[in-house]
Amino acid sequence: MSGETDSLDLAGGITRSPKERTIEGVLFLCAALSVFVTGAIVFTLTVDAIGFFTQISPAAFFLGDEWTPAIEPLSFGVLPLVSGTLLVTVLSAFIALPTGVGAAIYLSEYASPRVRSVIKPALEVLAGIPTVVYGYFALVYITPAIGMLGLPVSTFNVLSASIMVGVMIIPMVSSLSEDAMSAVPDELRNAGYGLGATKFEVSTGIVVPAAISGIFSSFILALSRAIGETMIVTVAMGQRPRMLDLSSFPEILFSSGQTMTAAMVQLGTSDVSGGTAAYSSLFAIGLTLFVLTFVMNLVANWVAARYQEEY
Amino acid sequence: MGESETQREWTKGAGSQIDWRGRAFEGICLGSTLFGILMVLVLLVYVTLDAFAITQPGTAPWLDWGFLTSAHSRFPEEAGIYPALIGSIMMVIVIALSAFPVGVGAAIYLEEYAPDNRLIDLIEINIGNLAGVPSVVYGLLGLALFIRTLRMPSGSVIVGGFTVGLLILPIVIISAQEAVAGVPDSQRRASYAMGATRWQTVRNVVLPASLPGIMTGTILALGRAIGETAPLLMIGAAATIFSAPSGPFDRFSAMPRQIFAWAGQPSDEFQYGVLAAGVVTLLAVMLSMNAAAILIRNRYQRQ
Repeated sequence: MSGETDSLDLAGGITRSPKERTIEGVLFLCAALSVFVTGAIVFTLTVDAIGFFTQISPAAFFLGDEWTPAIEPLSFGVLPLVSGTLLVTVLSAFIALPTGVGAAIYLSEYASPRVRSVIKPALEVLAGIPTVVYGYFALVYITPAIGMLGLPVSTFNVLSASIMVGVMIIPMVSSLSEDAMSAVPDELRNAGYGLGATKFEVSTGIVVPAAISGIFSSFILALSRAIGETMIVTVAMGQRPRMLDLSSFPEILFSSGQTMTAAMVQLGTSDVSGGTAAYSSLFAIGLTLFVLTFVMNLVANWVAARYQEEY
Repeated sequence: MGESETQREWTKGAGSQIDWRGRAFEGICLGSTLFGILMVLVLLVYVTLDAFAITQPGTAPWLDWGFLTSAHSRFPEEAGIYPALIGSIMMVIVIALSAFPVGVGAAIYLEEYAPDNRLIDLIEINIGNLAGVPSVVYGLLGLALFIRTLRMPSGSVIVGGFTVGLLILPIVIISAQEAVAGVPDSQRRASYAMGATRWQTVRNVVLPASLPGIMTGTILALGRAIGETAPLLMIGAAATIFSAPSGPFDRFSAMPRQIFAWAGQPSDEFQYGVLAAGVVTLLAVMLSMNAAAILIRNRYQRQ
């Protein structure tokens, strides 16, 4: 392998004409653009968020429990929006994490290659459907279906939006978990069978524990996706920011709510003008969301790399 | 003899006992696998039935030639998706012209040129993380960067294309990297042995060999781009527009943006008619793009 690299470097080093170097420079700029994009996101969000925090104190934003950016008296407490996001994320996790892991176990341990070759792409389709379409499904099909079960749901509700978010993130859990399970070497499985274990015992007692870091990593990535999900909750969950109040459970699931992302869409599509606190609050939420999801993605990578089983 | 008999009995007994647990577990796993797929399948059947008004006796199909060739109207029977369809297509062209060359350039740099150092590691990790940034945040970036800083017209095709282009750039780079890495080293060494420079090798050997893979990945990414809604809302794409944009600097609406606008119309004719037709149109366009990608892949894999 190192011999190959050497010969390639040698070949590249023979002719370093200006043209070759220019091309390399242009290609480097293409790669570096991704770093510029990250920098631009951080910079633009931070500049406006700082503008926001000069008008509204960070304490009022992060600890306030009232979100009324357009109605007097103006109030910019983000906690009701965080409550909405938390509720959707937890509910969708209830759907996606067990089904995703179940699907991963089935695909990795039970399915024949032929079945796998059909089901894997079908699962990927779930992640490819536009989220606005999922939002539409939740609004016009899932909500009436829940109503038909006799549950008192309103037109816009947390439950149907969460169900659709959950279905959308199943493939994130299943495909990454399956990768981790498939990477478990067959020697471990065979050792289990050699000790008289059944397929069930091998799957749950050997494969899942051996792949646990990859499974956790997929959980974090899926939750991060649920937190950033925008269109499903905007279309199907309504626009009523409210604090998480467990005493109103389960009524809180059947009525409307608002997530951070949905509040961003509401502000972004309204007529708030630049420079006002309402306008820059958009960027304060955006920064919060960006930092949250970015950190979760980093943690997911770290978990996957740090606790990687060495086979 | 007697011992092995006992042994067999024991295994058999234990086997049939545990088998039920194993069977149940396999069933649960299969159920988990099929849960999402079947649910979405049923929803797709419903929306298709609604789009063609099959379950709505006495109603003409909502999705017909007139729907595809007319603009929005407040009368559901006359509402159509034409300006948004053209807007989506123009936006995808802008994305293809901007994100494709940059993404492929980045992939070639990272696979063929990049030295093995911390900076490159950082770039690679960063690309992976960018793929996980919520799309609504890209919308804010587009608003701040293209509209406020570079003074491009709000809600225009070019701003929409650039914003969504940045969003799919990490996907284009990652899939192009895979395609480039799949070219065997023997081909590169053969080129170098003929005295070719690095760029000549990239242009004449690596790129042609990896092009099908790059095209497949890019078309799949464009298919994802055409369904993106949240960034378009942030950069001020029109909710409803009555004529198709005539140039890249015109204000535009795209199919998902129009669908979102229709979702705010409470009447049943919109909810179960016009909206369903819009959703099926959007999915059909995405499906044909994905089919094209798969076709390209299969065609060149065979050789």
